[in-house]
Order: sequence, then C-alpha cells, then structure tokens
Amino acid sequence: MIPPSFEYHRPTDVAGALAVLAEHGDDARVLAGGHSLIPMMKLRMADVPHLIDLQDVAALKGIDISGDQITIGAMTTQHELIASDALHAAAPIIREAALQIADPQVRYMGTIGGNVANGDPGNDMPGLMQCLDARFTLEGADGTRTVAARSFYEAAYMTDRDDEEILTHISFAAPRGGYAYEKQKRKIGDYATAACAALIERDGDKVAAASVAMTNLSDIPVFSEAAAAALVGSACDDAAVKAAVGAALEDIDPTEDNRGPVEFKMHVAGIIISRAIQRAWSRA
Amino acid sequence: MNDLTPDRDERVANLKGLGCSRKRVEDARFTQGKGNYIDDISLPGMLHGDFVRSPYAHARVKSINTDAAMALDGVIAVLTAKDLEPLSLHWMPTLAGDKQMVLADGKVLFQGQEVAFVVARDRYIAADAVDLVEVEYEELPVLVDPFEALKSEVVLREDLDGQTEGAHGPRKHHNHIFTWEVGDEAGTNAVIDDADVVAEETMYYHRTHPCPLEPCGCLASMDKVNGKLTLYGTFQAPHVVRTVASLLSGIEEHNIRVVSPDIGGGFGNKVGVYPGYVCSIVASIVTGVPVKWVEDRMENLMTTAFARDYWMKGRISATREGKITGLHCHVTADHGAFDACADPTKFPAGFMNICTGSYDIPIAYLGVDGVYTNKAPGGVSYRCSFRVTEAVYFIERMIEVLAIELNMDAAELRRINFIRKEQFPYQSALGWEYDSGDYHTAWDKALAAVDYEGLRKEQAERVEAFKRGETRTLMGIGLSFFTEIVGAGPVKNCDILGMGMFDSCEIRIHPTGSAIARLGTISQGQGHATTFAQILASEIGIPADSITIEEGDTDTAPYGLGTYGSRSTPVAGAATAMAGRKIRAKAQMIAAYLLEVHDDDVEFDVDRFVVKGAPERFKTMGEIAYAAYNQAIPGVEPGLEAVSYYDPPNMTYPFGAYVCVMDIDVDTGVTDIRRFYALDDCGTRINPMVIEGQIHGGLTEALAVAMGQEIAYDDMGNVKTGTLMDFFLPTAWEVPNYETDHTVTPSPHHPIGAKGVGESPHVGGVPCFSNAVQDAFRPFGLRHTNMPHDHWRIWKTANGLGLHDT
Ligand SMILES: Cc1cc2nc3c(=O)[nH]c(=O)nc-3n(C[C@H](O)[C@H](O)[C@H](O)COP(=O)(O)OP(=O)(O)OC[C@H]3O[C@@H](n4cnc5c(N)ncnc54)[C@H](O)[C@@H]3O)c2cc1C
Repeated sequence: MIPPSFEYHRPTDVAGALAVLAEHGDDARVLAGGHSLIPMMKLRMADVPHLIDLQDVAALKGIDISGDQITIGAMTTQHELIASDALHAAAPIIREAALQIADPQVRYMGTIGGNVANGDPGNDMPGLMQCLDARFTLEGADGTRTVAARSFYEAAYMTDRDDEEILTHISFAAPRGGYAYEKQKRKIGDYATAACAALIERDGDKVAAASVAMTNLSDIPVFSEAAAAALVGSACDDAAVKAAVGAALEDIDPTEDNRGPVEFKMHVAGIIISRAIQRAWSRA
Repeated sequence: MNDLTPDRDERVANLKGLGCSRKRVEDARFTQGKGNYIDDISLPGMLHGDFVRSPYAHARVKSINTDAAMALDGVIAVLTAKDLEPLSLHWMPTLAGDKQMVLADGKVLFQGQEVAFVVARDRYIAADAVDLVEVEYEELPVLVDPFEALKSEVVLREDLDGQTEGAHGPRKHHNHIFTWEVGDEAGTNAVIDDADVVAEETMYYHRTHPCPLEPCGCLASMDKVNGKLTLYGTFQAPHVVRTVASLLSGIEEHNIRVVSPDIGGGFGNKVGVYPGYVCSIVASIVTGVPVKWVEDRMENLMTTAFARDYWMKGRISATREGKITGLHCHVTADHGAFDACADPTKFPAGFMNICTGSYDIPIAYLGVDGVYTNKAPGGVSYRCSFRVTEAVYFIERMIEVLAIELNMDAAELRRINFIRKEQFPYQSALGWEYDSGDYHTAWDKALAAVDYEGLRKEQAERVEAFKRGETRTLMGIGLSFFTEIVGAGPVKNCDILGMGMFDSCEIRIHPTGSAIARLGTISQGQGHATTFAQILASEIGIPADSITIEEGDTDTAPYGLGTYGSRSTPVAGAATAMAGRKIRAKAQMIAAYLLEVHDDDVEFDVDRFVVKGAPERFKTMGEIAYAAYNQAIPGVEPGLEAVSYYDPPNMTYPFGAYVCVMDIDVDTGVTDIRRFYALDDCGTRINPMVIEGQIHGGLTEALAVAMGQEIAYDDMGNVKTGTLMDFFLPTAWEVPNYETDHTVTPSPHHPIGAKGVGESPHVGGVPCFSNAVQDAFRPFGLRHTNMPHDHWRIWKTANGLGLHDT
C-alpha cells in the first residue's frame, strides 16, 4: 500500500491545471477528493507521475441554484451536498443518495466531480445524474463543451471525457414530483449490490413523467428509457411497476462478484427497482 | 490511638478493588493518540524491510533476479532463501511442531507467500524495490479443498515426502498432517446406532481472520558492540518469542530483549512467529543497524494467521424424550500450507474436545484429521480459547438439528440436557473436568428476560402472516448456551514448544506505599493495567490508582506464556493474587512488630492490619511499607517484594446464555438484528465495565464472523477477500444494541474465583447469530445452512426453500 513516487502540482485556477495536463499528457491526472484515485495509486494499479491537486481551484466549488437550474461545482464534496438545505429543498434526491455513499469520513473528502468522472460502475452519482438528466461541463485546451450524463459513460473507467479535459461543473433542472434512491449494500462503506434512482411526476391518478436509472448493475450506469415508458400513463399499480421492473432488468447486465452471482443480483435488482418506484410514487 | 475515619465502606471504595467499574487507565493515552505502537518506534539509522510475495498459490520458483532492485538508490540488501540457508534460517519451526519456509525455498505454497525480503533506506524505496525483483515461476496444480487434497497425487510438501510420521503421529497421505482422536469411538457408535433418534449434519465453519486493527510488525536492533539483540514487536507472547529467537539464532537468551509495546488488538493473530520477524532480525544482524518491518492490511489478511476452516461432521443421538445419549464428531481441518496452529503441543486441534458443550452426554468421540492445502498457514484461536469457537458452534448447531429431528423446542432440549449444578466438578466424556456452573439458573434468567414464550408466539404469527402473503420478512430466534474452557493451563498437560503454560507476577511495594507489578502477560486492549491493579488492591490494601502494572519487556517482566485464550486472568491474575498474598504475609509480621503484638493477633482489614478485637489499633499498608524499608525489624529482611509463578490446577469454565432476535427480508437476504441479550457468568467480576466492553467487542466480532466475514479463495488459490472492502469488519452502523446480564458462579480453584471473559462473547455469539438465521427458516424445512450468512447466501437459502416462487 505504498504508491510509487510522483510530482505534486497544486494550481489555483483551471487554466493552471489544464497547462499541467497539456504538458504531461497521459502522465498527469487531476486529484479531487482522492478517495478513488489514491487507493488505486497505493495498490499500484494507477501510475500517476504527475498529480494535479484541484483543491485550491476555488472556481470549481459551490452550489448555485437559479430558478429551477442547479449548478454544482465539480469540487463540491458529498458532505457539502448533504449539508446544503437549499439543495435539499430544490432536489431532495441528492441528499438521499449522497447519504448512502460510503461513510462520513469518505464523504468529507469525496467530490461529486470525482464521483462522476471516475467511471467506476460502483459509483452512485453517475446513475443519479442520468436519472436527473444532468449535463457535465468539460473544459479543455480547445474550450468548453457540455455532455449529457446519459451519454457520458462508455465502459468501466472509460468516459467521453478527454484525458486533457477537466470536468468543471454539473447542471440539471430541479426535479419535480416524487423521488427515491434505493440502495442495497453489504455494509457501510460498500458499493451497491444493486441501486436505483427514480423520479416520478404525477398528474391526478396517473404517472405524468418518470425517470429510472441504476447503479452497479452493468459496467456503466444504466438509464432505462423503457422502464420510464412502462410507467408513464399508468396508475403506478402493481402491473405497471412489474412491467417497468421487467423493462429495467432487460437493460442491465450485472456480473458475479463477492456480493453474489448474477441470478441473485438480477432478483435483488428487481426488488430494489420496484421499491424505488413505489417510494417515488408515494412521494409524487 | 488512631482515628477511625474514613469508615470501612469508604476505605473499600478508595481501593477501587474487585468489583469496581474503575475507568481504564490506558484510555488517557489511547484516546489522545498517545499510544506507543510498533510503527511509532523509531531508532537512529533504522532501515525498512518489505516482502516480495508470490502471486501464485502453488508454483515452482525457477529463478530470482535481484540485480535491478539492488541497483536502486537506497536499497541495502535483498534477502532470499539462499542467503538464509547458511544460517539454517530459510525454514523455521512452527508452534505446531511443523516447519515453515521463511523465504520461498524452491517453491511457493500459498498466494502471498514470502519470496524475498528487501531492505532499504526508507519505506518507499523498499516498496519500489519490491517491484524490481524479478521472479520466474512455473505454476503447479492448486489444491484449495482439503478433501481433494487427501485424494490428490499432487505433493504439496515435498520437504516431507516419504515421512509417514508427523509431529502428532502417523500421516495417512502426503497431504495429511495428523489424526487426533479422543473418546470411545466404538462405544459411541454402538450407542448411536441403537438410539431412538439420531440427527446427522455436516457443517463448514469457514476460514476467517482475526484482523486486528493494527497489523503485525517488528523492529529488530542488533547492537554489535555489546552483542545484544533488542526486538520490539506485536507479540502476544514476548517471552516465548525470546526463547524461540535464542534457539533459532544461537544468541544466548540473556543477550536478547523482547519488547511488546502497545498492541492494537491481537485476537490470536499475534501469537505465532512470522517470516517478517526472522528476516528483520537477520537483516539487522547483517547490516548492523535497526530494521523495521510492518505489514499492511492486505498482507495481514492474506498471509498471517487465519482462524477456523473446519469441516465438521456430527452425529448425535437421543431418547424420544430428548435425553442425549451420544455424540460423534469428525473434523477435516484445513491447516493451509504449513501447520502453524497455535495450540498447546499435546492438542493439535486445540480444545475441540470441549465439543460436548454444556450438556451431560454420557459417551462421545472426536476425531480430527489435519490437512495441507495451498492456503496461508495459521489456524489460531480468533478471540476464543483453542478451537473452542468451533466446538461450541458444532454442538449448538447439533442441538438445533436434534431439536428439529425430535420436533421439540430447542430451548427445552437444552434444559433437559444441561449438566446439573450438583454434578460439578463434572467429568466430561471427552476428558475435561468442568470446575463449576449453574446452567439452569442462567438459562431460565435469559429466557425470562427476553420473554421467550412471547417471542415464539410472535414468530408463529409472523409465519402465518408470511404464508398469507402479508409480509416478506421472517423472524428468527437464535439461542445459544456455551461453556468456554480457558486459562491454559496446567503445566502437566499444557505446554507450547515444551514451555509449560504457567504465568507470573512480581510485585514491588515502594517505601511510600505505592507499588509496581509486572506480569508475564501482555495486554492488547484488554485493559490489564486497570484490572490487575484492582486484583492487587483488594489483596494488599493499596489503592489501584497507586499501582503501576507493567508487561511486555522481557528484561524486566517475569517469564510468562503471554496473553491469548482468555488465560491472563485465570493464570496471571491468579499469580497476581498469590504474589499479593505473599506481600500480605510479610506485612502481617511487620504490622505485628510495629503494634507490639504476636503475628496471629493482627488481621488484615481492607487497607491495614488491626489488632484483633481492637480496631483502633492498626497500621496501614502505607505505614507498613515505610517500615519495611526504613526500620530494622528483627528476623525480617528489609524490603517488601514478592514473586509468584502460578501453575493452575485446572482450566476455568466460564459460561453464558445468549438470545438473538432477527428479522430477515427473504427477497434481498438483508437482516436486521432487533435484539441481542447476553448473559455471562465469568465467576468473580473484577471490573464490570471492562467486562461489558469485552462482551460488546466479542459479540461484534461474532456478528462479523456469522454474518459475512471470511477469507475466501477461488479455485486458483487467489484470495478473494483481501481488503476491507470485501472482508467484513462491522462498524457502529451494523452493530445492534446489546443487552448484557450476568450470574456469578466463582471458580472453586482460582484464588479469587475469576474465570476469564474476553472470549466468551465470541464463542457464544457466533452460534447465536447463526441460529437466529437458521431458526427463521426452520418452519419452512431448513435443517442447516453454512455461515457466513451474508445477503446472497440467505437469499440462496430462501430461494432453495421455494420462498421466491410466486
Ligand atoms: C471506503 C470507500 C467506500 C466508498 N463507497 C462509495 C459508495 O458507496 N458509492 C460511491 O459512489 N462512491 C464510494 N466511494 C468513492 C468515493 O465516493 C470517492 O470519493 C469518489 O468515487 C471519487 O471522488 P473523489 O473526489 O474522491 O475523486 P478522486 O479519487 O480524486 O478522483 C477519481 C477520478 O476522477 C478523476 N477526476 C476527479 N475530479 C475530476 C475533475 N474535476 N475532472 C476530471 N477528472 C476528475 C481523477 O483524475 C480520478 O481518475 C467510496 C470510497 C471509499 C474509500
């Protein structure tokens, strides 16, 4: 658990960070909270000769809520997400999900940017961001671009982000209606056996709009359009939930690990998805 | 004439002696980060060691090239088996009479095995150099299943090839280590074959690991000028380490000083001798400067001593009314690549023959076969006396299975079969003499406390509701009644590498009436500095706050066998009381002289000697201590000191009654422990608060083992659970609220009647949590399912019983 040696850079603005990235290319990586990257370095699974610590880049921090538009700086910690009452009022699903990530010590350090940029299928924020239809803003030498969370993930640890780009902030519209983030894990500090984010808007007795996304059930987070379609227009009764769960299960592809074999994960995923939908509906 | 204030009660309270919930004196430093652990120790010029370890579970080592590593700036040496061979240190003896490679000698036998030892200027360079050592391996077939190993052509231990005799008798196969048998097999089989009712079950007690918060490590410092070796390390038995180090190195024992500093938990993991210790010592001798080695978490989990890994096959018979008539147990014990179990020499399966439990079973048999596999060596007693956790899990599961066979309530079945109070001292069918117990009283108290009848009623209603489709949650009631066997042990049958398992205490009273006592044990968090001072306070009338307890430095402490197997209070605690009594005897003579009466005319009273019948005429222990050093007393040597080496006449047998209530979500396998009640009887209670802490800790480790903690291997012998992400270590979040309770049945042979408690909750807790899970599924036809009861295994049980069919 001793990393190889590395150079430590600590820029104070995005331009400074981009300059180091440009200079060292593949040999450089940004460091946010370090709670995914540093363990990888200590296990010598990641070799990072140039580490660019972003903690002094003030521009990457903070939560901004203007009207129904929410913008969160990449370096905002999970703890800060939980602590923000304004964010909780605007998008309560964030606190509910963030409280299920790791433990307080990890959440004091871990950032939303690191969580979504990491590309680990076990991270909870990517699925949540897909559910919220969030957009990620990336800044590189050639300027700034925006990518939808729903099309950002390519494979485990592979994202649409270019190695020389920095994720600066995340934005999404405040969700309306009911919400739920349901997660099964073996213990505190564990990644999901299965997790599901659900948002449901209600119109009278019927589902007006829905969004369902899942965590750690494929090599990337999974947004299930079909699950949402199965709910919209229904009364979110047993048959509709069953149809939605069936559709969502079609979209996932879990693998066996110490949490259990595929058969078990598929079953548990079904339970977790239906609970998320039912809880979101009960709050809609 | 003396003043009689404070009164007697106040004087007793001032002592903070037996029975006082005195705050732990250790905690001031631990809670402020001021402990002094092995990695806090730094010596001038110190070098750092790190291991090159095998990625394979079984492979031939074709070549080791250290050139690139040696070329790295700051690397001082890279040791391989070839370098240790001239010193005969490439192999070392194990505590179980086997031998173990210090560094790979031609082949590797488990993943993570030590292959080369890099010594460098700092810890970072050492880690970089490890990556630069090039080792060429040729993979060999891997055996991770002991039953396969006993059939396989593959010879794991080529060094033993052709040896048909092992340390514990004949070997039946090249991968077989020993057979150990206790009891009357023919007689037992005859009884069982003829019985009204027989229950059979095979259970696997999975491999796990003690995983102390602080991993293992040491710092060796050879002073070439005076020829003295100082060895600091995480040793649960520092004196034994000194003796072994002397025998191995040839350095005379007086030239070796072993120091155990503060230790961050041991639980059996720090009893054995590891290659890191040997390599550090050699490296320090070679370089002439201190060398430190501290393993990391993964190394600790993957390579240092594991626990359990027992396949247990049982047959138990009873009359139709439920009276047990016989018990047969056979164990296939997976010991890994080397037999490095830490058991008393004559007990290769520890005290597994306590497996008749708390029950009056007239005839029994135990047979154990030890087997080599491609797994890490070890087999220590993780928070239990030697293999007692296995024994108690076995019998407490057999009782449950028998209850199913008899269609009887498991609490009632236990009650019918408990050894009765008047049967103590009780001779068990497998050779132990239980010192004291009152099981029925404890059981009735426990069942009443949890309203057992009410719980069963609620459970029956839940089953009905489940069948009607109104709930998906089942309720389990876990029961366990355990008898521990602790305090190894009588020298006549307990030794480790020939060293009898006595223990010791040496006391010096200072002239001003305070004291220091040194013991042969070593605390790893048990709070010895607190509790042993309390024993002494009550024995010699000096307040516990005025007594320093010191352990762990072999230059100053008296020889002892160390701390494990809940032996400190039963053995060293007894030595402490006996040494205290020697002090008191001398103090009595001094008091009599000072009071100008005959020795027999004074008596001890809390903190003083008083003239019989004249309580106003007394000398306090403080006055006596002062006189001992400063007054010429005819016929009495100056000073007030005593030493006691205590060889216990018997083990002590703590016991307890536990109940767990658990809700289980059959769809996800998620469990919720609603209630946990633990009644412990550890005889005389020295410090109720420390006992409570020990019970909470032991139960939490029991929760871990029963509900998820394991060292799992894949077919290639890769460790699947080598980090805390997958190895379950519960936090406050997972831990239920524990309700503790007690009865007091003193040990008749221990000087203060104490029995030891540190491991009881683990021993009793594991079957209790497991039985709760199994009990939940009993109405649906489950007889037995193996631990650990993690989500997916519980789900699998539910699935197998058809509970997911809709
Ligand atoms: C014990 C433990 C348990 C955990 N459990 C969970 C859990 O249950 N759920 C969960 O979601 N997470 C969990 N985590 C991970 C934790 O939430 C991490 O903090 C998070 O995954 C990464 O955030 P970070 O800020 O620490 O990023 P870092 O570790 O610093 O970085 C992660 C990766 O993202 C890149 N990166 C970071 N910031 C940027 C940026 N602004 N632009 C471009 N690239 C960037 C880094 O270069 C690196 O490759 C756990 C971690 C631990 C140690």
